[in-house]
Amino acid sequence: MIYQGKQKIWADYQKEIPDDHWYYVRSCIRQNFFPGAEKMFLEICRNVLKKDFHENENHTTCGGIAYHCDTIPQETVMTIVARQFALMTEAGYENYVCSCITSFGNYIEILETWNEFPELETKIREMLWKACRREFNKPKYVAHASDLIYKYRNLIAERAKFRLVNKHTGEPLKVVEHIGCHYSKMFPSKGVGGAEYPYVLCGMIESWGGNVIDYPERRHCCGYGFRQYHVKANRGYSISNTHKKFESMEPYHPDMIITNCPGCPYFMDRWQYAIAEMEGKTYGENGYGIPVFTYEEVAGLVLGYDPWDLGLQLHQVAVEPLLDKIGIEYDPARKYEGVNHKDLQRPELPGVLRCC
Amino acid sequence: MDFGFKISPSSAVNLDNVDLSLYDRLAEVEPDIRKCIACGSCSASCPANRFSGMSVRKAILGLQRGKEKEVAKMLSTCMLCGKCSMVCPRGINTRHLILSICKFYKED
Repeated sequence: MIYQGKQKIWADYQKEIPDDHWYYVRSCIRQNFFPGAEKMFLEICRNVLKKDFHENENHTTCGGIAYHCDTIPQETVMTIVARQFALMTEAGYENYVCSCITSFGNYIEILETWNEFPELETKIREMLWKACRREFNKPKYVAHASDLIYKYRNLIAERAKFRLVNKHTGEPLKVVEHIGCHYSKMFPSKGVGGAEYPYVLCGMIESWGGNVIDYPERRHCCGYGFRQYHVKANRGYSISNTHKKFESMEPYHPDMIITNCPGCPYFMDRWQYAIAEMEGKTYGENGYGIPVFTYEEVAGLVLGYDPWDLGLQLHQVAVEPLLDKIGIEYDPARKYEGVNHKDLQRPELPGVLRCC
Repeated sequence: MDFGFKISPSSAVNLDNVDLSLYDRLAEVEPDIRKCIACGSCSASCPANRFSGMSVRKAILGLQRGKEKEVAKMLSTCMLCGKCSMVCPRGINTRHLILSICKFYKED
């Protein structure tokens, strides 16, 4: 596509993101998959950039997983979401930021539905009042946490100790960016850059020194897709999608993958092991896989946080070759040391996929 | 290792890897093949379509995508009734085209 064309589309999909004072809600699953990611987001926003981010331990799931698995009706999801908005209102905030891509899509879908059908909003307000005697204001701005890191990307770059550059060659790292489907495929105008050219992760990669790879299946789903995986009979479809993506990106020899969704990094990381076991094929250099990161983990790495404090030891694909490439120091002996020096024990190593 | 599920082969067609030399030779003999607009009138009117999946539209697209074996198998179910020739809005002699395709890809 011609560059001017891209610029034009980009101009149509600018998103207003307030600088400060956010009410933050976590994801259901990210803390199990990549436990350092959300902690690092709050660490960067609160302690490094000195922004106001409020969190409330009473918030629950947004209901998005059950909704997308067709197990609960939309009114139920709306009431759950209304309660989250009530917690935000009670805390005195107007800007709502969520850690999960599906939550983001869910919130946007519900707010748009209420705009189209105000009688449904009235019904949900009534249901919330009956259920827990709460009232809510709709958020003035809804953002995904990656929107915020995108907004702060240059501030992070100013404070960065490392850049996404191969220290041996001086060349920028080749980075694949993968955007969660629910970020902007449902409501393109709500994401930075729309559905075709989402810029949210590209902006971070470019600011932090990397090169973005464009490959044929760049906008393809990671393969998770809820029912594709949760129903065991469909798992072949799930891994086939992931396989298709890796086959497509392989000729470009990516150094790393950055994602902004809870499911995508997990499946692109773990399925590399399953593909290796099934087909004997690995996609990284020397029998390793391609390491997959969340954007918070990458922000933490460039800011100089210890890789093991970021939870990178919980990745299936070994991250050490990439850390060596960037020049980030780490202590191999501390890899499986948890909080307060607790021994996390060593996992069994896979047969085909090479791990450190 | 058996996980209880498998990777399905991709249905994507990489046109860079498709050899279209035979298709080009066919197009020299049957230049009408390039006139097809894939409207599907031939498939809709085909009496064999419902029972065997026969479709001239599919056959032409299949040849353009290098799926020659599938096309040859499909065309073996054609009854050569000629209804597709009567309905083609581009006036392609599809019956003649089918015979030419069979001849070319049989020789191959």
